[in-house]
Amino acid sequence: MVDVRSGIGEAVPPAEVEDVELYHPHSWWTRYVFSQDAKVIAIQYATTAIAIGMVALVLSWLMRLQLGFPGTFDFIDADRYYQFITMHGMIMVIYLLTALFLGGFGNYLIPLMVGARDMVFPYANMLSYWIYLIAVLVLVASFFAPGGPTGAGWTLYPPQAILSNTPGGKDWGIILMLSSLIIFIIGFTMGGLNYVVTVLQGRARGMTLMRMPLTVWGIVTATVMALLAFPALFVACVMMLFDRLLGTSFFMPAISEMGEQLQYGGGSPILFQHLFWFFGHPEVYIVALPAFGIVSDLISTHARKNIFGYRMMVWAIVIIGALSMVVWAHHMYVSGMNPYFGFFFATTTLIIAVPTAIKVYNWVLTLWRGDIHLTLPMLFALAFIVTFVNGGLTGLFLGNVVVDVPLSDTMFVVAHFHMVMGVAPILVIFGAIYHWYPKITGRMLNEALGQVHFWTTFLGSYAIFFPMHYVGLVGVPRRYYELGETAFVPESVHSLNAFISVAALVVGAAQIVFLFNLVWSLRHGRDAGGNPWRATTLEWQTPETPPPHGNWGKELPVVYRWAYDYSVPGAPEDFIPQNQPGPGRVTHEAVS
Amino acid sequence: MAVVVILVLLAAGSVLFHLLSPWWWTPIASNWNYIDNTLIITFWITGFVFVAVVLFTAYCVFRFRHRPGNQAAYEPENKRLEGWLAVSTTVGVIAMLAPGLFVWNQFITVPAAATEVEVVGQQWLWSFRLPGKDGKLGTSETRDVAPENTLGLNRNDAATLDDVIIEGGELHLPVGKPVKVLLRSVDVLHDFYVPEFRAKMDMVPGMVTYFWLTPTRTGTFEILCAELCGTGHPQMRGTVVVDSEADYQTWLAEQQTFSQLTASSGDSPRAVAADASSVQ
Repeated sequence: MVDVRSGIGEAVPPAEVEDVELYHPHSWWTRYVFSQDAKVIAIQYATTAIAIGMVALVLSWLMRLQLGFPGTFDFIDADRYYQFITMHGMIMVIYLLTALFLGGFGNYLIPLMVGARDMVFPYANMLSYWIYLIAVLVLVASFFAPGGPTGAGWTLYPPQAILSNTPGGKDWGIILMLSSLIIFIIGFTMGGLNYVVTVLQGRARGMTLMRMPLTVWGIVTATVMALLAFPALFVACVMMLFDRLLGTSFFMPAISEMGEQLQYGGGSPILFQHLFWFFGHPEVYIVALPAFGIVSDLISTHARKNIFGYRMMVWAIVIIGALSMVVWAHHMYVSGMNPYFGFFFATTTLIIAVPTAIKVYNWVLTLWRGDIHLTLPMLFALAFIVTFVNGGLTGLFLGNVVVDVPLSDTMFVVAHFHMVMGVAPILVIFGAIYHWYPKITGRMLNEALGQVHFWTTFLGSYAIFFPMHYVGLVGVPRRYYELGETAFVPESVHSLNAFISVAALVVGAAQIVFLFNLVWSLRHGRDAGGNPWRATTLEWQTPETPPPHGNWGKELPVVYRWAYDYSVPGAPEDFIPQNQPGPGRVTHEAVS
Repeated sequence: MAVVVILVLLAAGSVLFHLLSPWWWTPIASNWNYIDNTLIITFWITGFVFVAVVLFTAYCVFRFRHRPGNQAAYEPENKRLEGWLAVSTTVGVIAMLAPGLFVWNQFITVPAAATEVEVVGQQWLWSFRLPGKDGKLGTSETRDVAPENTLGLNRNDAATLDDVIIEGGELHLPVGKPVKVLLRSVDVLHDFYVPEFRAKMDMVPGMVTYFWLTPTRTGTFEILCAELCGTGHPQMRGTVVVDSEADYQTWLAEQQTFSQLTASSGDSPRAVAADASSVQ
């Protein structure tokens, strides 16, 4: 077994390929717009994702206004409400979280962290972003199309998704939605292949796989999963488009809609659900694994301590990634599929809890006997642990087939998945932005604004989603435009809903503080220097900050140690960069 | 330091909220109290883990927060501790999964004595069908749905003719008798959801799904649709009444069979309801 710590006595291998010349931009356009530099592409991805994310935020406000104060806002009718929830869900899961973690952080961090000059296919990488932008524009177009966007719920279950009693079902809404997803997947595939090949082929000398920071492990494992899972969604979208436009019946059985016989027959609605969740469950981990990786590095850096159990952490990421491909039907326990599937999928689902729990233990054990700096990234990491543990544990209710039966399709599910794949990963995104913004811009984000943003977001989202579980426990179903008079729902639930809505408005408003900070600090932030957090990983060791095209100047870095040499006994400082030669534990007098 | 206090308050507040909040599930009206029990076991185990992790995190932040001169320990791995944690987590998971799978096996094993009841969903109303004197439900086909036959029943099937049809009304069930609920939809996905029964299942056009239960107390319960079925989804309500055996028989005697309904077709309440809904 290789010593993960420092590779003492291990010679650095010679370069396998010559350093290759990069494409050099000749104009402002090719430098900043049609750029092939992964860092510029990352910022393009992130900006677009955050912009469309703001649309999703406003949609969440509107839906919470309706749920908290039903009947108060005339412009929110049932059609609009279903359009809001559908677009909110789809934007958050695909166009914000997936694009930001993989397209944003993946592009920025992978080449820098593995010591490459750029992604291995820069041109395909550029195309990936522009195709993603087209997908976003097609999605946005559906807001302006006749009939508006689809209101089929983000799961887009047929038959209702393409029938007339669903908003956008017989208009442009569903067509634009499906087209946008197809375009997104094409664009993602170009980027995704890049990330995987760059990690496998583009690493600096000495950067063995087991020396990579967990951020890279998380992102690349998520990318492999996405490359395997998105094709299922791709075919499902193509088949549904055919059903809608060409009259095929892949997902459409014989249907009598409002007393009228439709020209469909023989298809299977459950087939769509299998395809959708074959993508949809890995998607949860496509969002979670980059967050797992990033938060590991945030905790380690800001607790000045190596991540506890690095090898276990790597294997946990890989095992979670593999297992998550065989748990999809736990979203379908009450779908009417063969009930015997329940035994298999409940077992695989609960097995995932073990590697996931190990990750949680290792995060908190990294804090144990650390030297914890309560910086903003660390605060967000702590908030991630709390919300992720909360959301992960409620997953044990929903994964355990028979417990899921009363809870499925209630607000409990909504609370669970928001906590675990909404709040928790987004807290990591914030932590990561506070952490890497100094490298990206050369300036620190404002601390006071950051504190306001952190506390409002963390406590506010907990106040939204923790009580929401109990609304579901009472039995309130999800996707109800209005609850009306329902005998088993006490009046107090309506008060609770109003409270949740107010909390949602406040948390949303706090994001405006964050956006202001991002812009304001560009000019007015404190000068960061090259390595403000005194971190070990390669991106902090670039000769210039922000790193220019090509990242490393004349010489590529050479890696001598793992990513976590913090507080090494006997070392002169409490961190040793990965590209610094020499043993990890300095037993003789400290070298200057 | 504020973060330590807030983490402790958050853990304590969550537990207090759980114990003191008035929001809890509705009183059960079926045999599925096993489901409630498994849910309570899960609450205890997960609640313990949540509080333990949050308090441990808070303690670490308190005890190992940065002060000048501090240095973190250097301990990359601890095989014993990692192994021990993995094993105890596995035990906890088994403690939840085992009762879960045990109850699931009961959930999908329908007792031989169960009588069949059919629930048909369509945008956005519930209809019901009970087997007649022959104890058998006749066959049906979405293709046969028509204004005078809104459930798409097969007229050529002898078993169909004596089936009891309840259109737009209440479903009654006798207390204490196991029922196999057969679920069918003629348009989109629906889900037959009675919170007090705990059990629920999607209704899928083109196939028949099912679950079973034994109602354990009499009363009137609301039926909701739990699978998004278009803009009228929240309005798709119905009523199920659990009766004593005598009340049930009285009610059953008042219901019409399929052949009685088709004899007076054209002005059947169901056909009128369908006309009204297609205008919407």
